[in-house]
Amino acid sequence: MIKRGLVIVGGGPAGMAAAISAYENGVKDILLLERDQYLGGILNQCVHTGFGINYFKEILTGPEYAERFIEKVKNIPEIEVSLKSIVVSLLPDKTITFLKPGRLETIKAKAIIMATGCREKTREMVHIQGTRPSGIFSAGLAQKLINIEGLLPGKEIVVVGSGDIGLIMARRFTLEGAEVKAIIEIQKKTRGLLRNMVQCVEDFNIPVYFNHKISRIYGKDRVEKVSACKVDDNFNEIQGSLFEIKCDTILMSVGLIPENELIEMTGARIDGNKTSVPGIFMCGNCLKIYDLVDGVTEDSFLTGKLAADYIRVRHPSLQR
Amino acid sequence: MIKKMTCIECPKGCRLMVDVRDGKVLKVTGNECPKAELYAISEIEDPARILTSSVLGQGLILKMIPVRTDKPISKARIFDAMKEVKKIRVTVPLKFGDIIVKNFLSLGVNLIATRKAE
Ligand SMILES: Cc1cc2nc3c(=O)[nH]c(=O)nc-3n(C[C@H](O)[C@H](O)[C@H](O)COP(=O)(O)OP(=O)(O)OC[C@H]3O[C@@H](n4cnc5c(N)ncnc54)[C@H](O)[C@@H]3O)c2cc1C
Repeated sequence: MIKRGLVIVGGGPAGMAAAISAYENGVKDILLLERDQYLGGILNQCVHTGFGINYFKEILTGPEYAERFIEKVKNIPEIEVSLKSIVVSLLPDKTITFLKPGRLETIKAKAIIMATGCREKTREMVHIQGTRPSGIFSAGLAQKLINIEGLLPGKEIVVVGSGDIGLIMARRFTLEGAEVKAIIEIQKKTRGLLRNMVQCVEDFNIPVYFNHKISRIYGKDRVEKVSACKVDDNFNEIQGSLFEIKCDTILMSVGLIPENELIEMTGARIDGNKTSVPGIFMCGNCLKIYDLVDGVTEDSFLTGKLAADYIRVRHPSLQR
Repeated sequence: MIKKMTCIECPKGCRLMVDVRDGKVLKVTGNECPKAELYAISEIEDPARILTSSVLGQGLILKMIPVRTDKPISKARIFDAMKEVKKIRVTVPLKFGDIIVKNFLSLGVNLIATRKAE
């Protein structure tokens, strides 16, 4: 079995910052595994501005923020980047198995950093009654379809939840010529940033219904309409408040959850940026959900250093 | 007249109280940094936003190339700008920051690529 020094799983902003930091703290053999065909993670689809204000003191788009780290990673020969490489198993002895086009590889690492990001909650997790037609997307998937694939998923949109991704997608759909009929939020205020309420919602006069929920989805093959109602403090329907909204598409923006199946496979407990397995570390959105990528970068620099310290003590020969 | 607004210059979102007379800003309070003053003036006189979108690539590694205006444009022109953005086809490799359209819609701003596309 091939032995490697530090292996990082995930090439988003977290994985890239961890790799740079580990190198700067003395690690000389770093392998960065990314399942996609390019580095950058979720930032590639976030074409709007609002990244890097804290870290770079500049207003950048997602791809611009990513580019700065991609360039840096490419200029460090000690960091080997392996794209189209999806990690399928992780064992507590730090054996990693990943799939590359055409082959399965197993390697043993001295230390591992997990930087696999997060995924979005789905309709199933918020329990909406009704049929199961096509036309229900998570907001991030719709973002990918528009910004990466160049496809518009629908024309008459209802957004469920008022997280930042939902607000940003309400604006994106409006700019693309679709009509955003409503943003329905069960809480009494937005979960997103106030600036996004201004520049994504108020700028385009998109109706927002706070203290409301979707009670049913209608449609046979494609979404045809939803019914919405006002809710009380316990999120129960207030009698007589039901109304219908005609739409062909529903965007779910109801929260993010860390992507941690691989860590669960090892049985390790997460403990800050470390885990209960010595030498396995975590950073970025798979550790906790960050609102801003700047926080991810700072957290991941710390994790890179922790991994470097671990390797220095346990495996001095791997030091530069 | 006091107008309330939320500053959008950074994620903090300061709540501003803007004293406006005859379409001019006299005083801004509630802000934590000086950027909010310029924001309030622009918001009262001619609200402007950076436009971000993506344009179609042809024969390049990326199907869609993310773009933005390098400076804010008048909010009133956002939909005109989107119409133009939809007509654009990029056929040559681009570096990050390359100008795709110079003096976009004669607005005195450039439309630039925000990602490399080979
Ligand atoms: C849809 C969405 C929109 C967002 N919009 C904004 C925003 O507008 N502004 C802002 O500041 N923040 C935003 N965020 C949050 C911010 O972008 C994230 O906090 C940040 O990108 C997280 O970085 P990360 O590296 O932890 O995760 P990611 O960027 O998700 O990167 C994780 C990487 O790991 C890879 N990966 C996962 N599993 C495996 C595996 N098994 N094998 C190999 N590779 C794997 C993925 O392909 C991905 O490239 C958004 C997040 C999401 C999900």
